[in-house]
Amino acid sequence: MDKNKRIQTPLTVQQAAELKVGDNILFSGVIYTARDAAHRRLAELLKEGKPLPIELEDQVLYYVGPAPAPPGHVCGAAGPTTSTRMDSYTPPLIAKGLRGMIGKGLRSKAVIEAMKKHGAVYFAATGGAAALISKSIKKVEVVAYEDLGTEAIHRMYVEDFPCIVVIDSYGNNLYESGPQQYRTC
Amino acid sequence: MIRKIKAERIKDTVKELLLQANYEIGTDILEELSNSLNREESATGKSVLQQIIDNHQIARQERIAICQDTGMAVVFVNLGQEVHITGGDFTEAVNQGVKEAYTEGYLRKSVVEDPLFGRKNTGDNTPAVIHLELVPGDKVKIQVMTKGFGSENMSRGKMLLPSAGVQGVTDFVIETVQEAGPNPCPPLVIGVGIGGTLEMAARIAKIALMREIGHPNSDSRYAVLEKELKERVNELGIGPAGLGGRITALAVNVEYYPTHIAGLPVVVNINCHAARHTAAEI
Repeated sequence: MDKNKRIQTPLTVQQAAELKVGDNILFSGVIYTARDAAHRRLAELLKEGKPLPIELEDQVLYYVGPAPAPPGHVCGAAGPTTSTRMDSYTPPLIAKGLRGMIGKGLRSKAVIEAMKKHGAVYFAATGGAAALISKSIKKVEVVAYEDLGTEAIHRMYVEDFPCIVVIDSYGNNLYESGPQQYRTC
Repeated sequence: MIRKIKAERIKDTVKELLLQANYEIGTDILEELSNSLNREESATGKSVLQQIIDNHQIARQERIAICQDTGMAVVFVNLGQEVHITGGDFTEAVNQGVKEAYTEGYLRKSVVEDPLFGRKNTGDNTPAVIHLELVPGDKVKIQVMTKGFGSENMSRGKMLLPSAGVQGVTDFVIETVQEAGPNPCPPLVIGVGIGGTLEMAARIAKIALMREIGHPNSDSRYAVLEKELKERVNELGIGPAGLGGRITALAVNVEYYPTHIAGLPVVVNINCHAARHTAAEI
């Protein structure tokens, strides 16, 4: 197994270029959350040529809608949601400088093309390992769309947040190469 | 002899079952995950399985939800016909149990009041999807499932022609799992409902998801089908988290029902590895 690579966010284009599929990553620093409803709003703002509530350049978006934090916890269970639902909104965000996306599940051709063109990377966190992942989240604050509740954009401060590079900035895709290696039919 | 059961008891039971389901995975799932860890050949797959097992321990010990998608509550009730529910409305009692569990248990509220227009969150994860069946006796059996939609979205149904037979069913299951790929959080529990009508096939597919792992269908023909389907699914190589590996399915459970001379309905209901369901009898 590849050794863990520790990465401090923001994620620069140079750092992104060095990442290869299968690399185990531990993120520390700030990441932003956004899922379906927040993406819809971001896409509308871009369409209207209006400024976004967060600066996307070299940032990492985490596709998650956390569970409420129980007393004594910073964050409730917070595992990745299916990225595929964000596909239609994603290419313009990547064009705006979005460097990393953490989620789980397949991405569209259009997203992968945008990643290759602009040097972005797609990471998978383990779906359903939400209690374990919440341990690496040290602080959470809402930065936009508070009315969306769990779907609001949150700024998360993370330490050693575990994920793996599934699609690198060259378009190599572990969701294709991984299963191919073990397919026996 | 009529047995009276207070609506409040129904509410309390639903609440407790939902809390337990969200924090504590079944021992059958845990055992199968452990077996899978031994059998998995992919290093990445092993590491994913280990994370999943560790996650269950953290969730149980600290009472944090296993997954942030604490699901839509699906409640199956087998109501004994000698039972009289008193002191309130049955459906309201079930929904009140859902509301209390999700609010007091710090579980995510994931239900919107209208699927098409507005999609406004109901704020308390109600309503539940309730399946009620009248059965002989004076007991009430309640089974709850907290069904996440990463896997529900990858589930499929098809009205096959009778001539499609076992091969047609097998092909449809494989096609569905292949298309789902990493999205439903493998390793999966797969429920297959065969027969009945369109909605009956879906209903028994969901019931199949609640069968304990390691308990094959009592009809040996279906037990063989379950075994073969599991082997075929695992040959796809999708693996834990879809990153490649030997373990794609923890179990394939098949349920069947008589059907029409002209039909062969099939529903493949996919559950993620966090297959959360609990049951109690009052």
